[in-house]
Amino acid sequence: MSAPGASRVSSWRAGLLLVQRDLRLAMRRPGEWLQPLIFFLVVTTLFPLATDPQMSRLRDMAPAALWVAALLSSLLALELLFREDGQDGSLEQLAVSGLPLAWLLLAKCCVHWLLTGLPLVLVAPLVATALGAPYAAIPGVLGALLVGSVTLSLIGAVGAGLTLGLRRGGVLLALLVLPLAVPVLIFGARATALAIALEPMAAPMYLLAAIAVLSATLAPLAAAAAVRISLE
Amino acid sequence: MMTSTMRLLEADQLHLWRGELQVLRGLSFSLDAGRCLQVTGRNGAGKTSLLRVLARLLPLESGIVSWRGSDTSKDTFAYHSELAWLGHATALKGDLTARENLLYSAGLRRAITPDAMNAALAAVGYAHSDGHLVRQMSAGQQRRVALARVLLLDSVLWLLDEPTVNLDAGGQEMFGGMLQAHLERGGLAVVATHQTLPLPASRLQALELA
Amino acid sequence: MTWTWFHRFGSPPYFYRVAGILIPWFAWIAAVAAAAGLVGGLVLAPPDYQQGEGYRIIFVHVPAAVLSTMAYAVMATASGVGLIWRMNVAHAVAASCATIGAWFTVVALATGSLWGRPMWGTYWAWDPRLTSELVLLFLYLGYLGLRGAIDDGARADRACAVLALVGVINLPIIHYSVDWWNSLHQGHTVLKFGKASMPPSMLVPLLLMMLAFTMYFGAIMLVRARGEVLRRERSARWISEATGA
Repeated sequence: MSAPGASRVSSWRAGLLLVQRDLRLAMRRPGEWLQPLIFFLVVTTLFPLATDPQMSRLRDMAPAALWVAALLSSLLALELLFREDGQDGSLEQLAVSGLPLAWLLLAKCCVHWLLTGLPLVLVAPLVATALGAPYAAIPGVLGALLVGSVTLSLIGAVGAGLTLGLRRGGVLLALLVLPLAVPVLIFGARATALAIALEPMAAPMYLLAAIAVLSATLAPLAAAAAVRISLE
Repeated sequence: MMTSTMRLLEADQLHLWRGELQVLRGLSFSLDAGRCLQVTGRNGAGKTSLLRVLARLLPLESGIVSWRGSDTSKDTFAYHSELAWLGHATALKGDLTARENLLYSAGLRRAITPDAMNAALAAVGYAHSDGHLVRQMSAGQQRRVALARVLLLDSVLWLLDEPTVNLDAGGQEMFGGMLQAHLERGGLAVVATHQTLPLPASRLQALELA
Repeated sequence: MTWTWFHRFGSPPYFYRVAGILIPWFAWIAAVAAAAGLVGGLVLAPPDYQQGEGYRIIFVHVPAAVLSTMAYAVMATASGVGLIWRMNVAHAVAASCATIGAWFTVVALATGSLWGRPMWGTYWAWDPRLTSELVLLFLYLGYLGLRGAIDDGARADRACAVLALVGVINLPIIHYSVDWWNSLHQGHTVLKFGKASMPPSMLVPLLLMMLAFTMYFGAIMLVRARGEVLRRERSARWISEATGA
């Protein structure tokens, strides 16, 4: 029997291994991970279809359309974060691993964002241009969605942890997460609107970044608490 | 340094409620190194709840679980790092191979060498080639891989809930040998199972939940 | 130790007894303050030179809005206490605050909408205060939804506690963001009643109504909390002694 501590793996390395695992799993089922992106594209297409598609009108609507679609798409993507691990017992193993659960969940969130949030961010310039945004606005659109999508992933993780294993958890998850996402929506949409109008967008970006930092520090802890409660 | 009479695991007056039902009523026991506590009882008697309580997955109403003399609620990380848990769910990812599964589960906690992995898979009688994904395996083979993980973790305390489910007679014999070897090395185990464990009476403690 | 009073409150029989004593007091103070406040506000106070008689709805709207936020704060505090010190009583208090808080929010929204009608011409104009109240209502509904969705009582308590704490941290951020959002677009639809310039004839009834609502909240919350404590401690021995059953 090895003495406790011998050949133990550091938390940092454990986090990296978990990232590797989730990436490998995602590569074996790429279809699943494409769906939130496709959903995003479909929803943003619905907006012009629902109204007079003149570029000037669309440009006014673009920030709202982009952010509502991003919000809804990230909600759908949350299914992919904990559900399978919760069902097959992997989350349980993480909870009794002797490693900090908040850190391990943060690792999972990172991969989740890379696979569901980042694609949205990369596709957004395309969508924004289709909705009438000038090319010069693209860096601003990218920046706002980049920061905002990180926060949405983190807030969503807390909701996903709370609703783990519940029947019809999907709708409840939306009801829990959407009110908490209101500030991100407000600041993000404003930043995007300013970007499209080619005006300085520093103020809402700072606010967006502040919320992102707050979420990055607190959300993993809340999500870990939520997951432990759901495993009871 | 462990003496063979040290009481490593102690449960003191455990009370647990699940909803309306009182599942554990003031349960107490202690377990020394080299011994196995076999938990039996009819369905719904609380075997799984007891094991989850010991794994600190379920919070207790009252009572203390001590490990090496200290309350596990005070230093849960240290306690967890010395135990291996195997519940009803095998915690195997269907889209990974057996080796990948072991690398990413046991490997999160212990540095695993390829030799150790081969040895563990051989010890549990794993029969497939490298490329086989877990979801392509039978339930019995999956269970063997899960047991290989327990071996690889090289933990002092094993908490196993129905570990031989889906195992054939050969598998059950394999498990018995695995458990025996673990106890001989000074480990402890709490096992919920109806299978007769091939252990000498000196190593076996029985607990029947009513 | 100075914490003994705190832990004593966590003891269900003690809480049950003390709550039972407090409830009639709270209820009576609420009734008297409400009577005085309503008389003062609806009858005695003069009409506002700007808004005429319509302003009188603030005597219900403002206390309801304040209490809706206060109830969430109480719920979050009780949740935190319950989570950290594992006190069943604290979880019972948190559970009791939710429905009442939600109703206060609805009253605030309804009265706010009625108040806004003469000023805006419509029943809803996305005023920042009312929009914040609406998001608060969604937070309450989410809390109640989570509680209803989890069958196991202990897990429901703890999950809702985490949710309440996350919500309470978010609440100032949401409030600030909605205010900020509104200031960018129109600013003239804000439901305002310059409190600094309020004469005593209006201020006093308003404060009386605040007291009345607070006492009412306290009374109703304690009644529900007592019921929750009874339900959770169903099988404990002290129940039969306390309830004389």
